[in-house]
Amino acid sequence: MERWAERELHGWGRHPRLPAEVARPERRRGVEAALADRDGKPFLAHGLGRSYGDAALIDGGRVVLTRRLDKMLGFDPQTGWVRVEAGVTLKALVETFLPRGFWPPVVAGTWFVTVGGAIASDIHGKNHHADGTFCDHVRRVELLTASGEIVTCDAETEPELFWATVGGQGLTGVILAADIKLRPVHNEYFEVESLRVDNLDHFFEVSAESAHFTHTVTWLDSLATGDAMGRGIFMRGRHAAPDAKPTGGTLAKLAAKISPLLDVPVDLPDWVMNSFTMRLFNEGFYHKHPKGVVRGVQHYAPYFFPLDFIRNWNRGYGARGMLQYQLVVPRDPEHRVIRSILEQVSGAGMPSFLTVFKEFGDSTHPWLSFPRPGVTLALDFPNLGPQVDALFDRLDGLVADAGGRVYLTKDARLPRETFRRMYPDWTAWKAVRDRWDPEHVFQSALGQRLGLSGE
Amino acid sequence: MSVLILGATSRVARELAHRYAEAGLAVAVAARDVDEARRITADLAIRREVPAQAYAFDATDFDSHAPLLDAVEDALGPIEVAVVAFGDMGDQEAAQDDFAAARKVIDVNYTGAASICEALAGRMQPRGRGAIIGISSVAGDRGRQSNYFYGSAKGAFTLYLGGLRNRLHGHGVTVLTVRLGFVDTRMTYGMQTGIPIADPAAISRQIVDAVERGADDIYLPRFWRGIMGVIRVIPEKVFKRLSL
Repeated sequence: MERWAERELHGWGRHPRLPAEVARPERRRGVEAALADRDGKPFLAHGLGRSYGDAALIDGGRVVLTRRLDKMLGFDPQTGWVRVEAGVTLKALVETFLPRGFWPPVVAGTWFVTVGGAIASDIHGKNHHADGTFCDHVRRVELLTASGEIVTCDAETEPELFWATVGGQGLTGVILAADIKLRPVHNEYFEVESLRVDNLDHFFEVSAESAHFTHTVTWLDSLATGDAMGRGIFMRGRHAAPDAKPTGGTLAKLAAKISPLLDVPVDLPDWVMNSFTMRLFNEGFYHKHPKGVVRGVQHYAPYFFPLDFIRNWNRGYGARGMLQYQLVVPRDPEHRVIRSILEQVSGAGMPSFLTVFKEFGDSTHPWLSFPRPGVTLALDFPNLGPQVDALFDRLDGLVADAGGRVYLTKDARLPRETFRRMYPDWTAWKAVRDRWDPEHVFQSALGQRLGLSGE
Repeated sequence: MSVLILGATSRVARELAHRYAEAGLAVAVAARDVDEARRITADLAIRREVPAQAYAFDATDFDSHAPLLDAVEDALGPIEVAVVAFGDMGDQEAAQDDFAAARKVIDVNYTGAASICEALAGRMQPRGRGAIIGISSVAGDRGRQSNYFYGSAKGAFTLYLGGLRNRLHGHGVTVLTVRLGFVDTRMTYGMQTGIPIADPAAISRQIVDAVERGADDIYLPRFWRGIMGVIRVIPEKVFKRLSL
């Protein structure tokens, strides 16, 4: 029997915070026992809590933490296929397999993500245009379904259940284990080029000519307006060649050394992340970049997981928490939609601290998986209340009108009607989900808000 | 050479398995849930690249204990380190209502532990080498109404380990008693303790260090020696009135 503890859970944005009864099984059998013991309450799995909003929360429900289900079950060094339990993190995959010449097929901006969470969010990374999403490299997902039966599914076996689980925010069952195809790499380094992009048109030019790089991302100055709108630093890269040697390695080594010491152990006062500090940050990184292309070979950690160097960086936003908004809108030749979105952001007078911009590739999955061809923009703001709400509402309208959508993994406030406009095939998803969970065992605050779970 | 982990579904035991696997020892994992033991050995084999095998183990099936050790040594070589980490807290109230439940707690935590330790000692003593790590509990230091079956069985195990250490001293075999306080495991999960809860990986490193420096009987986390020192000196006249 698993012990239930009353806890207040929250996501990485630390808003909202919802009470639940929480168990932390050490093994698969414990998850099954917890589901059997749900006592008529809604049930949900929770990994490392790195989704930002309310995707992994359920008010008054019973939640199983999957973090202790962290065993690796199989590995084929010939092909790179690895079978792991759902609580294995991207960090564990990197640390275990990089010395053997393998790298996870897709990583998020943090490596404190469980495999279960990566599937439930169908995470994407800087290589989406080349390699698709995490679930493009996944097969044989073992799912504990509402009936208590463990069902194995992938694109060939029970494909409907698999595609409903991909990006399905944990609402089809508890992911227990999955097979993931790792990518062979030569070393821990990354060949990186970065250059300033001066405005939106320039961004799309550079993005087009950078398609042969497996990884691209841009840090955008969200405050720039007029001719400078869309300016930022475009970064493109690929896993390094066998003989690559790191450049400027001292800084990276130093960063790795001091990283364990960096922590935001308590909530910073709200004024720390104010518009002045954010303006400094936004303009600073644009102007400090020299003209022309800067080339280098970098260790993977600062390249992929720069924010992981500061544990609990989300606490920098203070007790009020933080809100993220990530959208994708389809390509349009004159970039009119993205231009009006950026106008809204720069005109709102609250700069986003870290603004990330990227063109997605063509790989898409049905239903709730987020990436679609087009351009994606991620913004983060302190939870300032009405001011941010109003901006997000305006962005919702622009995104939905353009046939775009927001990323549910980062969402804490999207209205149900807007969600339905953004994800018009949600009914097909729900039909599959309801077939596997007719009694609505699996629920989340996000699911209740958007009408994904329940009647 | 191999390390045998008994009761590997405990987090401290699993972490210890990883520490010894990092040192290059083959690992045998014996547990009641043999499917889970297989998952644990798969994980050890993948992450640490050492031979690892799973075995079914029932603490109260005493006759199976010697054959288990034979099977492990045939497959993985002589057992250099054995970790006796299985345990069953049971349910105190259920044990008061039904002595069969009380007996099970005593049999798993004490009789079963003594049985497997005897079988291990019988192999290690003639070889003149080896280490037995007995995972006991601070609950064994003083009888309390909330868990006296578990506590008395662990207390008996602590006494047993003292005797075994006395016997094997001079025969090159180390016996380490570990009296665990609160560690972040299934047993303490969700408890409102008011006392810091230790990380199982850190505890496993301290246990390995203790074996290497030849320690005999330790409290982990260390500050529990002080806590239990205070608890032990409370006169029984007073102690019996406390609701503990």
